[in-house]
Amino acid sequence: MLLTTEDVKKIAYLARLGIEDHDFDSYTKDLSGMLELMTSMNGLDTENVAAMAHPLDQVQRLRDDAVTETDQRGHFQAIAPQIEDGLYLVPKVIE
Amino acid sequence: MSANQWEAVIGLEIHTQLATKSKIFSGAPTAYGAAPNTQACAVDLGLPGVLPVLNKDTVYKAVMFGMAIEAEIAPYSVFARKNYFYPDLPKGYQISQMDLPIVGVGHLDIDVDGDTKRIHITRAHLEEDAGKSLHENFHGLSGIDLNRAGTPLLEIVSEPDMRSAKEAVAYMRKLHELVRYLGICDGNMQEGSFRCDANVSVRPKGQQAFGTRAEIKNINSFKFVEKAINHEIERQIELIEGGGKVIQETRLYDSVKDETRSMRSKEEANDYRYFPDPDLLPVAIDDAFKAQVKAALPELPDAKKLRFKTQYQLDNENAAILTSFRAMADYFEAVVQISGCDAKLCANWITGDLSAALNKADLDIGASPVNTRQLAGLLARISDGTISGKIAKQVFEELWLHPDANADQIIDAKGLKQITDTGAIEAIIDKIIADNPGQVEQYRSGKDKVFGFFVGQVMKEMQGKANPAEVNKMLVAKLKA
Amino acid sequence: MHTKTIKELAQGLRSREFSSVELTRHFLARTEQHKDLNAFVTVTEDLALQAAEAADVRIANGDTALLAGIPIAQKDIFCTLGVKTSCGSKMLDNFIAPYNATVVEKLNEAGAVMLGKLNMDEFAMGSSNENSYYGVVKNPWDKSAVSGGSSGGSAVAVAAKLAVCVTGTDTGGSIRQPAAFCGITGLKPTYGRVSRYGMVAYASSLDQGGPMARSAEDAAILLQAMAGFDEKDSTSVDHPVPDYTASLNQPLAGLKIGLPAEFFGTGLSHNIATDLANAINEYRRLGAEIIDLSMPTLKLAIPVYYVIASAECSSNLSRFDGVRYGYRCENPVDLTDLYTRSRGEGFGKEVKRRILMGTYALSAGYYDAYYLKAQKIRRLISDDFKNALAQVDVIMSPVTPTNAFGIGEKTTDPIQMYLEDLYTIAINLAGLPAISIPAGLSAAKEGGIAMPVGLQIIGNYFTETKLLNIAHQYQQVTDWHQRMPYGFE
Repeated sequence: MLLTTEDVKKIAYLARLGIEDHDFDSYTKDLSGMLELMTSMNGLDTENVAAMAHPLDQVQRLRDDAVTETDQRGHFQAIAPQIEDGLYLVPKVIE
Repeated sequence: MSANQWEAVIGLEIHTQLATKSKIFSGAPTAYGAAPNTQACAVDLGLPGVLPVLNKDTVYKAVMFGMAIEAEIAPYSVFARKNYFYPDLPKGYQISQMDLPIVGVGHLDIDVDGDTKRIHITRAHLEEDAGKSLHENFHGLSGIDLNRAGTPLLEIVSEPDMRSAKEAVAYMRKLHELVRYLGICDGNMQEGSFRCDANVSVRPKGQQAFGTRAEIKNINSFKFVEKAINHEIERQIELIEGGGKVIQETRLYDSVKDETRSMRSKEEANDYRYFPDPDLLPVAIDDAFKAQVKAALPELPDAKKLRFKTQYQLDNENAAILTSFRAMADYFEAVVQISGCDAKLCANWITGDLSAALNKADLDIGASPVNTRQLAGLLARISDGTISGKIAKQVFEELWLHPDANADQIIDAKGLKQITDTGAIEAIIDKIIADNPGQVEQYRSGKDKVFGFFVGQVMKEMQGKANPAEVNKMLVAKLKA
Repeated sequence: MHTKTIKELAQGLRSREFSSVELTRHFLARTEQHKDLNAFVTVTEDLALQAAEAADVRIANGDTALLAGIPIAQKDIFCTLGVKTSCGSKMLDNFIAPYNATVVEKLNEAGAVMLGKLNMDEFAMGSSNENSYYGVVKNPWDKSAVSGGSSGGSAVAVAAKLAVCVTGTDTGGSIRQPAAFCGITGLKPTYGRVSRYGMVAYASSLDQGGPMARSAEDAAILLQAMAGFDEKDSTSVDHPVPDYTASLNQPLAGLKIGLPAEFFGTGLSHNIATDLANAINEYRRLGAEIIDLSMPTLKLAIPVYYVIASAECSSNLSRFDGVRYGYRCENPVDLTDLYTRSRGEGFGKEVKRRILMGTYALSAGYYDAYYLKAQKIRRLISDDFKNALAQVDVIMSPVTPTNAFGIGEKTTDPIQMYLEDLYTIAINLAGLPAISIPAGLSAAKEGGIAMPVGLQIIGNYFTETKLLNIAHQYQQVTDWHQRMPYGFE
């Protein structure tokens, strides 16, 4: 397999994805399979090919600097898990 | 090795908040100090499905900066996502620029101890700011305010060209002056509009290779930059001399304890996974756009300083002070123009009495109670001999208190007009010579210093209103007679 | 009423044969009746009836908008103000969208009546609609078969006539593949033609919303209302929207159709190959010229797609962190716990697989080998299409290698599932428009249930009008699009 369970644990932490211990083996197997599929890309020479990030060859449109949004805090915070005094609450942030 | 056998190597990353009305990717306002989360719109909150659209003014201001440091402006620049999880980062990534920043290599010249040194700027790129975490009073939880999320920043990265904290501060000040000159940043350091991270390393003098650097985060005043860097240099030297090794890490400056401490917890396993943001297209800057910015580019501090020295015959110090703020330079040129007076007289007054009064009142020149017209009126009266420089100080104080008055009104009302009537001056001189035979004797026996005594007595007698040149002339004539 | 075309319904509404309220009630009743298909996540009955009343007033006042009063439904990936927008995920099961997607806004303005929100694979990741938090969607042609995905609820709602037409989104085939499995017409427009604002992002450089309907003509009418420049979407194209129905009736004489060898090779079911051969013969009869092509890079489309889509999704889905909206785990002990458990519990397995894959592909030391490499090959694939479309007007191909497979048949092997997307994903990589139309009903095995077969027509950028014309002409001489699954007539 192209990946170890340890590799997958590291990736899962980077992605902040909680995975049950007993599921790591199957993720390791599936991800290894996906990587296997991707090794077929190596056969193609792409030395002088420009990377393509967008399907259309266009450039960024620029917006005029104008305030168009009004305060909707109450509306947006109606769906928030935990708020107080207009702030979103989370477990203590340690700097 | 003793401390002076070491050399510090310093590079700065400065985040300047661009002075725009709306955010870099949304139409929410950027005003400082609003109630929490009232300036965070759907885009700033990273709601599912929202998309960024780039604010033209941020591009304009970045290009303006690039031109001011004679940098290459990228014809195509690309926004990338910097991925990491933090509660003040709503999308789980910051939109920034990585491989293709908008501003390329440029430079800024600084003056340190009378020498000019060129500091190279590696790049400047556009990015969005994050929100803020507040730690007090939430039953052990932190509160998140996303008002600042999406505020436009221009991150200016220097080469490691500085060799002392002093140079670093000079560079930072110069940059601070420049961004305000350009009007792209309000420079307010208390509000976080101009923030500095410093990369510091040390190496034995003469060594080419750089030492391992530490990054000091978020130093938000000129004073602290100097202290934090000096502290870090000392820490590294002590560490190495004690047989230790500097490790590459991020450190936080604590201004209360005056020390830096490791923030390794934040660095832990960081892998930002930069990749081009698929929601944004390459930013193209064509010649027309550049021409438009160039036409609007103000005269820059260095050029203005040079011009002030040649056009107005000012010395280096006055030229430097007058050009340190655009508003002050403009004030100076207006006073010269309106008064028609000698530029040096104008310069001395502005850098002297006016600046002192402004400092005392903690005011910017833009908010000066004495406007250019009033000061010009005052200086014109000095030039034409109506009042002496000393009396002018009195008039100035009155002008400061009465913003609607002009110098002539004050001179008239207070009877401050200088006496040029030679008959009146002559009578007083005669009286003083008669009253002080001892001093006259001294003067005549060659003690020239006594001359000042006579001038003082005459001026005192005439309440300062005599024309000093006239007094001098007549005194010499009478004493030598 | 449910078998009529949009034009017939618009006519009926104006001749007062029925009102929009009656029409809406009729479809709501069908939705209720066929609940077992699991096509809807949310039925918005009250809102629908209100919208229908408003539409009746508009029509009475002489409004001529074709979609006014027509019952439609939205894929649950489009944000709908005040209505749950789940994206098929537990993560958003409690998410009442605080704003409307541009597409929703446009369809509301057109007077369309939204019946509800349609089931889908979680965050649009899947080819069978088996990855939905709300359960699998059943294929009305065979309830033991999958609907396809990710717009499975959308395809089934049209095929079972629970809505007149619906929206879908397509990142790697998510409109075309379920359209093919369910025997309907689905169009993935050119990237940038339909606004992505308010459409929950899976892979931003590939995602595109589009219409799913019973015929090319209905699809054209729906696309007309969906398409257009949106200043809120930087990737939206400021290009005038043509009249998509204007040239539906143009004859096809002289049309050059390219058939890439790579799309008709091994892996394609015999029954599908046969049905497509017949369809292509039909086009020959309509005056088209058939040209054989070769597009050698197509075989790499699957790995390239899964690198790019995973990478983009790993970043796009970072915003689901339990802080501002959506699922939050119970009693997080610290920040890391809040993130890992909210995300671990809120996302399903396929979503997690792709986030992990994408995180890996972008991580230090692997970026060049995976992400950058994939982007370079993406360019080569796109160039292959450019070259091909310089020689022909359109390219035709299968949509799927097989008929709709059985529920549960491929869930154990995700890689096997990815191979399903072989014929559709290259089009998203290039950003081209493509339409899937019904072109047969056949069983893979002797004696099996005859299932719909789709034909894919791929065009050059912004040639949706042409694709709809080509599809419509075929639908004038065949009746595959009018066939109905048993029990849903």
